[in-house]
Amino acid sequence: MDSPWKKWFPTLMVFAIFLSPLLLISPKTYITLTISGLAMGMLLFLVASGFSLIFGLLSVLNLAHGALFTWGAYIGFTSFGLINQWTGWGGSESIFLNITIFLLALLTAGLLVALLGVITERLVIRPVYGSHLFQIFITVGAMIVLEELVRIVWGPNDEVMPVPISFMGSYDLFDVVVSKYPLIAIAMGLIIYFVILMILRKTKLGTIVRAGVENPEMVQVMGHNIYRYFTGVFAVGSALAAIGGGMWATFVKSIHPAMGGEVIIFALIVAIIGGLGSITGSVVGALLVGLSYNYVAYLVPKAALGITMLLLVVILSIRPTGLFSEGT
Amino acid sequence: MAEVEPVDEPILKVERIHSLIGKHHVLQGVSFQVDPGKVTVLLGRNGAGKSTTLRTIMGLLSPSQGTIRFKEQAIHHMKPYEISRLGIGFVPEDRGIFNLLTVEENFRVAMHQENGKTRERMETVFHIFPDLKKFWKATAGNLSGGQKQMLAIARPLVNRNELLLIDEPSKGLAPIIIDHLIDSINKLKEFTVVILVEQNFYMASSLGSDFYLFDDGRTVHHGQMEELVQNEELKKKYLGISG
Repeated sequence: MDSPWKKWFPTLMVFAIFLSPLLLISPKTYITLTISGLAMGMLLFLVASGFSLIFGLLSVLNLAHGALFTWGAYIGFTSFGLINQWTGWGGSESIFLNITIFLLALLTAGLLVALLGVITERLVIRPVYGSHLFQIFITVGAMIVLEELVRIVWGPNDEVMPVPISFMGSYDLFDVVVSKYPLIAIAMGLIIYFVILMILRKTKLGTIVRAGVENPEMVQVMGHNIYRYFTGVFAVGSALAAIGGGMWATFVKSIHPAMGGEVIIFALIVAIIGGLGSITGSVVGALLVGLSYNYVAYLVPKAALGITMLLLVVILSIRPTGLFSEGT
Repeated sequence: MAEVEPVDEPILKVERIHSLIGKHHVLQGVSFQVDPGKVTVLLGRNGAGKSTTLRTIMGLLSPSQGTIRFKEQAIHHMKPYEISRLGIGFVPEDRGIFNLLTVEENFRVAMHQENGKTRERMETVFHIFPDLKKFWKATAGNLSGGQKQMLAIARPLVNRNELLLIDEPSKGLAPIIIDHLIDSINKLKEFTVVILVEQNFYMASSLGSDFYLFDDGRTVHHGQMEELVQNEELKKKYLGISG
């Protein structure tokens, strides 16, 4: 493949997936599905970006990431419930109070799961740095333990995720039904993406992390304690998984202990498609997966998961290291 | 950038170090010392243990025996980032460039602090390596081999490093670039003590004051570079060079 084609491949891929369903779906349905697909993509981005960043810097395939997503959803669920009990902000007519309680619940989930992530990194993952096989075994073990802990703390049954009042319902824009929450999810995802991107590109901390993704040994030789950065990235990756969990739960309006196991498969596909270690790759990969999943789920529901696998195979056969393997 | 103050004690003293890479006992008693104001060259055939010695000094490999002292402080038990912060810079054989980062970002990662003194040192860096200023915003991966080597050697100079370990800087470079590199390293001798690992005898003899010959993971001979230049027997026996 010559280099101009290689350079434009991610863009062409996005446009092909974005526009091709117009041949088969009416424009109104297409817009509804596209918004839903973008929202799903942005939520997947939150989970996949943490997974990808952890792999990029630490070279750790953290299969317990899905369990951290579940913990995020449950902590978000509990903290939303508690704050709402004290303040009643979730049921308030005020959009500002609705957004505040939603963000507080996500913040609590992010902080507590970041702490859980740090504990997991220190106790479980640090002893197996450098050995991918052991990492797979031990992180699958950690996933099972964390998932069982969710069952012990919150019980094995599904719970209904509370949603702030102003996040419910939909807008009718020129006869096109547009749900409110997907728009919020898209906006939140974009904000988080740009914040991460700015930190990685404009701060010294981010520059060191990017350098560490490329050559961790050299970062150490330049006087930086790479293990401190490993822990920090693990905490941020875990917090992103938790925020993704809380937002996903609000999207599907329910939580259950095995939800992380389902989402981690998507996150893995997204991270590989995007290029492990690349945040922009994660967002593009997530949007490709989210859109193609929604379009195909409408046209041929049983083929929805299959299309993401097909996407993975096609992209890897053309770009074995993913769409954005050359950086953030 | 301050000049290295002359002191009587060696700046670095390596005593009988042994190092293993996996099960391979690579260093089997390496001893040498580096005096201030000099360029000490480590010479030997491939696999003699020169690069492993630099990696061991830098803390990337832990010696199983022996001691390493930098300005009389034992450093053989320290982590690489602690050793770096003591004032030892390292330019590895593969240059260790962050190819996806710009030249500016490569320097930023290398800086221990960002203050007025760092900016002064940057001016010195630009004086020694003027080309780097031209490529300041360029992605490091797009630089030529010679420019990458300049960047690799220049990066540690942004800190107050008193010792610089440079591993095979001439590797893969054209002769004209090597001459340019010799000029640059000659200039930076004013600011830091250099330990140079080099296979290219022309470069080694152009820059070195003292030499240590390595063979099978041991230091087997040392002296002043002028002696080695004239000693055909030593060169043939340990470096495979004749004439």
